[in-house]
Amino acid sequence: MEELSSLMHGFAVVLTPFNLFLMCVGILLGVIIGVLPGLGGANGVAILLPLTFSMPPTSAIIMLTCIYWGALFGGAITSILFNIPGEPWSVATTFDGHPMAQRGRADEALTAAFTSSFIGAFFAVVLITFLAPVVARFALKFGPAEFFAVFFLTFASFIGMGKGSPWKTLAAMCLGLALASVGLDKVTGTLRLTFGHTELLTGFDFLIAVIGLFGIGEILASMESGLKFQGATAKIRMDAVLQTWKKLPQYWATSLRSCAIGCWMGITPGGATPASFMSYALAKRFSKNGDNFGKGEIEGVIAPETAAHAAGTAAMLPMLTLGIPGSPTAAVLLGGLLIWGLQPGPLLFIEQKEFVWGLIASMYLGNVVGLIIVLTCVPLFAAILRIPFSIIAPAILVICAVGAYTVNNSMFDVWLMLVFGLAGYVFNKLGYPLAPLVLAIVLGSKAEESFRQALLGSQGDLTVFFSNWLVGGIMGLGMVMLFWPLIAMVVGKIRGGTKSATA
Amino acid sequence: MTIQKTARLTMGAAAMAVMGATAAHAWEPTKPVEFVIPAGTGGGADQMARFIQGVISKHSLMKQPMIVVNKGGGAGAEGFLEVKGAAGNPHKIIITLSNLFTTPYGTGVPFSYKEMTPVAMLALDQFVLWVNKDAPYKTAKEYIDAVKAAEDKKYKMGGTGSKQEDQIITAALERVTAPKKFVYIPYKGGGEVATQLVGNHVNSSVNNPIEAVAQWRGGALRPLCIFDGKRSTYTAKVTETMAWSDIPTCKESGLPTEYQMLRGIFMPAGVKAEETAFYVDLFKKVRATPDWKEFMEKGAFNDTFMTGADYAKWVAAADKTHFDLMKEAGFLAAGAAAPAAK
Repeated sequence: MEELSSLMHGFAVVLTPFNLFLMCVGILLGVIIGVLPGLGGANGVAILLPLTFSMPPTSAIIMLTCIYWGALFGGAITSILFNIPGEPWSVATTFDGHPMAQRGRADEALTAAFTSSFIGAFFAVVLITFLAPVVARFALKFGPAEFFAVFFLTFASFIGMGKGSPWKTLAAMCLGLALASVGLDKVTGTLRLTFGHTELLTGFDFLIAVIGLFGIGEILASMESGLKFQGATAKIRMDAVLQTWKKLPQYWATSLRSCAIGCWMGITPGGATPASFMSYALAKRFSKNGDNFGKGEIEGVIAPETAAHAAGTAAMLPMLTLGIPGSPTAAVLLGGLLIWGLQPGPLLFIEQKEFVWGLIASMYLGNVVGLIIVLTCVPLFAAILRIPFSIIAPAILVICAVGAYTVNNSMFDVWLMLVFGLAGYVFNKLGYPLAPLVLAIVLGSKAEESFRQALLGSQGDLTVFFSNWLVGGIMGLGMVMLFWPLIAMVVGKIRGGTKSATA
Repeated sequence: MTIQKTARLTMGAAAMAVMGATAAHAWEPTKPVEFVIPAGTGGGADQMARFIQGVISKHSLMKQPMIVVNKGGGAGAEGFLEVKGAAGNPHKIIITLSNLFTTPYGTGVPFSYKEMTPVAMLALDQFVLWVNKDAPYKTAKEYIDAVKAAEDKKYKMGGTGSKQEDQIITAALERVTAPKKFVYIPYKGGGEVATQLVGNHVNSSVNNPIEAVAQWRGGALRPLCIFDGKRSTYTAKVTETMAWSDIPTCKESGLPTEYQMLRGIFMPAGVKAEETAFYVDLFKKVRATPDWKEFMEKGAFNDTFMTGADYAKWVAAADKTHFDLMKEAGFLAAGAAAPAAK
């Protein structure tokens, strides 16, 4: 077991007081960055990157990756408490996390979120430790057609989910796709749907839409329902963590599935956001309590959080072995590696053993330290909900506005956020689901891009999406997901038919 | 506080004594300087800008802090429009890539290098023609001959962005392969392109050295030629057998294509001469650091420095070249204006 001895050596590198100190600082900063919407992990790491130039590379990456872990943990906090996803991958966490908080179970939701984040990350690190070379080769098999197949699967697994009319789901998704197409068309390099307005050059940023639709929309809804968060009545239980832990083992299947989805999406690199959505959708489909999803089901928190954190961690693998970043934050870290004088790529594991194994060891330690830090804060976070709404609502509004401004340093985005907020409120009133809209905004342009890249390569031949076992398999799975409601109906009819016949 | 202040004063006094009387009246930033990157995080321009920011703070080359901001929307138009709109503001600088020329021509968004004040050329980024190590081509000529012999649009060229530098080089290569054309497939970033080439999803790429060097060293990619007039000056071995200087120029291989990308600094229009002088001086100091030399070698940059009239002349010529290449390739947007005759 050469890996084990290398890993032990890595721990020896990491376990210095200075490095442990940096680890704690990184996690705390990361949690704060994750909590503030708009200031994502990528921005946070980019801002702090120049500070690390005078440090040894191993210490520098420990601090920066810990910011990343912290941001992954922190994203869940505002999602659950205020329905405001601090990071794109926490959107799916709001679906069940926030309803839980509204019923006074915020501490449970937070504990579940943090613990499953940890499990996801741990699974991914183990994968990196032992399977790095094999897994890296798998990532190379992904061309445009395969990427499109992955996005197709994500969309397909989500489509049958809506509670209301499927037409409303479709309408919301189409609106999202339309919004996603504004700005620069990356395939032809021309502008579209900007109508000559320079503000629209950047398109509709996903974060602005989410902060508005969820955050502002939620405040408007709360105002209507009597100016208070229902979670205000929650008791603060100091033993919430232990109580929740007792419940978690029964969801092992969901955890395992989410870990697998997360690792796959992190490596390929689809990213943490599609991983969290796909994992949520699949959990809903396979869970016994699938119908309760969206009303505050703990499994609906476990699934996206596990997958997001697994994907976020697994994204480090293609960055180290191939030099391709699996997430925006990994892209910034990649720049950091170059600046510190390290060359990511196939040779990094051979030439920079100390750095690589130090980093991997710090992934284990960083996540343990992170989990301890955030878990001890659970009662504190839950207590925030006891602050009267009239005090906390303006604060949330300000944080949302600052977050929206930070994304592009543009005042236009703040107005846009308010418009999205109103739209979110109206959507809720009319029973249009927000999730498909958000999914389309975040993945629409990526799906379009890879679809067109694939067709460019095949010169318009659609069979490219079934040209080998990999892409064909994923597409086939997507088709099954897409028509699942129909299949279930037919199967139900046949069974129902035989039953009535025998009766 | 007081100790720090005194220390700074003494250092300041010492510096002044060294620089002589001219430095005494020189302009200096009075508030934080905003360093605009007209591209997203993680790309080549972003790496260089953040590196410069790090060098400036590490060696305390400026009293005011430097804040790096990414404004990459609309193929960089967002960043350039901001600098265009900040006329007379000496606390804003921008680093350019080729989108300074390609974005206005390709999208029709109204801005031009003429609406900014040129400060300095920091370096020129190289481009190299790469193929997968399993491909049978050992030289650029063999590859181009294969493209010529095959049916039209059989070979896929992967590149960063659309109607930007990579696609322009591809269009220039098609002058040689005519009437056969490449299928150009645009990707988001250079690292992604290199990986797609390793995975054999495209046949070739024109990645910058820094984007593909890891895969080259790992034995997954093979460089065929460099799009520069002369070979690289870096003779240290990068792989076991080759240095950057061992890559032949494309001209040597019978491909008369040259292309380099500007890594330069601009300020808004209407700034005073002494304000520009401060930044010229600042970047001279940055370039004098050992960190810079190392950075240049790592990315196999063409380490050319230009300021003033030389720089302005270079930029005007580059603008003309881009316009001609893009016009020929049919990349011009409907509203794009031609460069002035002069």
